[in-house]
Amino acid sequence: MTDAHTDFEPRITAFVCNWCTYTGADLAGTSRLHMASNVRLIRLPCTGRIDPLFIVKAFERGADGVIVSGCHPADCHYTSGNYHARRRFAVFHDIMEFIGVDPRRMTFSWVSASEGAKWKDVVNEAVANVRELGPYEAYRALAPEAVELEPSGHSGAEVAS
Amino acid sequence: MTDTATAPVYTGVDDLRRIARELLEAGDVRVIIGWEAARRGARPVFVSDPAETDKLIFDTRCVHNLVTYLNPRRDHVAELGKIALVVKGCDVKAVAGLLRESQLGRADVVLIGVRCGGVLEENELPAALALTPETVAPRCYGCDNREPTLTDHLVGEPQPEPPRPVMTIDERVAALDGQPLEERWAFWTEQFGKCVRCYACRQVCPLCICEQCIVEKTRPQWIESSAHPRGNLSWNVTRAIHLAGRCVDCGECERFCPVGIPLSLLNRKLQDIVRERYDYTVSDDPENAAPIGDYRLDDQQEFIK
Repeated sequence: MTDAHTDFEPRITAFVCNWCTYTGADLAGTSRLHMASNVRLIRLPCTGRIDPLFIVKAFERGADGVIVSGCHPADCHYTSGNYHARRRFAVFHDIMEFIGVDPRRMTFSWVSASEGAKWKDVVNEAVANVRELGPYEAYRALAPEAVELEPSGHSGAEVAS
Repeated sequence: MTDTATAPVYTGVDDLRRIARELLEAGDVRVIIGWEAARRGARPVFVSDPAETDKLIFDTRCVHNLVTYLNPRRDHVAELGKIALVVKGCDVKAVAGLLRESQLGRADVVLIGVRCGGVLEENELPAALALTPETVAPRCYGCDNREPTLTDHLVGEPQPEPPRPVMTIDERVAALDGQPLEERWAFWTEQFGKCVRCYACRQVCPLCICEQCIVEKTRPQWIESSAHPRGNLSWNVTRAIHLAGRCVDCGECERFCPVGIPLSLLNRKLQDIVRERYDYTVSDDPENAAPIGDYRLDDQQEFIK
């Protein structure tokens, strides 16, 4: 799974909605699309269920980047969950940038159930961005000294769903 | 009379005391919540005896947003019986916030509005000071609520605009915004690193209304509760975004913070964000729906792929 050419493999947590992006990611898999394997999916009912605190928690647990993805506008299984999420994450995106979190570590996307190829592109771009930024050492440096974080890599059982 | 902007004592205090006395004597309310002069400056006071209404004052030291006593978390205050609250124009925005979110009925409280021309940043003074760029509370600059609305009684003469502070909150936010990402991160992690997690910011906030705060949830524990930089960041970010589009900029969180975290900068930035993205400014109109919990089909989504 590790890329022999670099010593840093980004660890990325993706929060996706059950109805569109999870199914889209599933399609990408069954279509045998090649894509970076650095992303752990966490499936939730709707982007409206994704609290910004999930993203903070992912960074706390050692994620180098996060993806939030769900149904396109007008496509929400629950009619308006993604519209509410869009506002919430717009505000969150801007305030995190204000406190100094690089927005390239946070990817937001709309990926429908038929967009396996788009999911591949979203993942590859997010991984490339985070790879360029490097491990999120600045966030890890906030950890209390008593807690030992796992090194960045592929052993993050706690981060994976 | 060229220097009226710095008049230290506001007019209408006699009317304020008379109205308070009449309300108590008539039995319309059980308690008046206002300000009194104490050894260390103005402080909130609960008056239930009509004979004691002469305690009430209103001057530039009356910085407190007393609307926090109407917060539904403070059911021990509600138990006192019907309340009359003394409010400045800015405080009315917090009342509107509680009304907007159905946390308060307009008939539950009597509002006595006082016309204000600004308050001091430092209120623990034996006597009221005149407002100057050095002494004025920065949040008073650009005040758009010097004429309190929603009130049952309104006292005092219209006041002139407060002076411009040495450095406005907007200028401080802009200065931070102009710094590179890494320096903003260094600034905020240092500030949050000071947090001792006393939650005074939450306790004093008129609009932090949750019965159980997310920070006290332990299964699962969303926010680490010990005071270290990582949990502190999580807490401070969460507190701020829970107030996005709701914060009325009363500045009480920052004033109460024992370690001096500049929370008003975070709050102001969030106000800027919701204004720029959703054309929303928090106001004293309870019908004006807050931006979070609402949406438009054509909301901006330039950050979404």
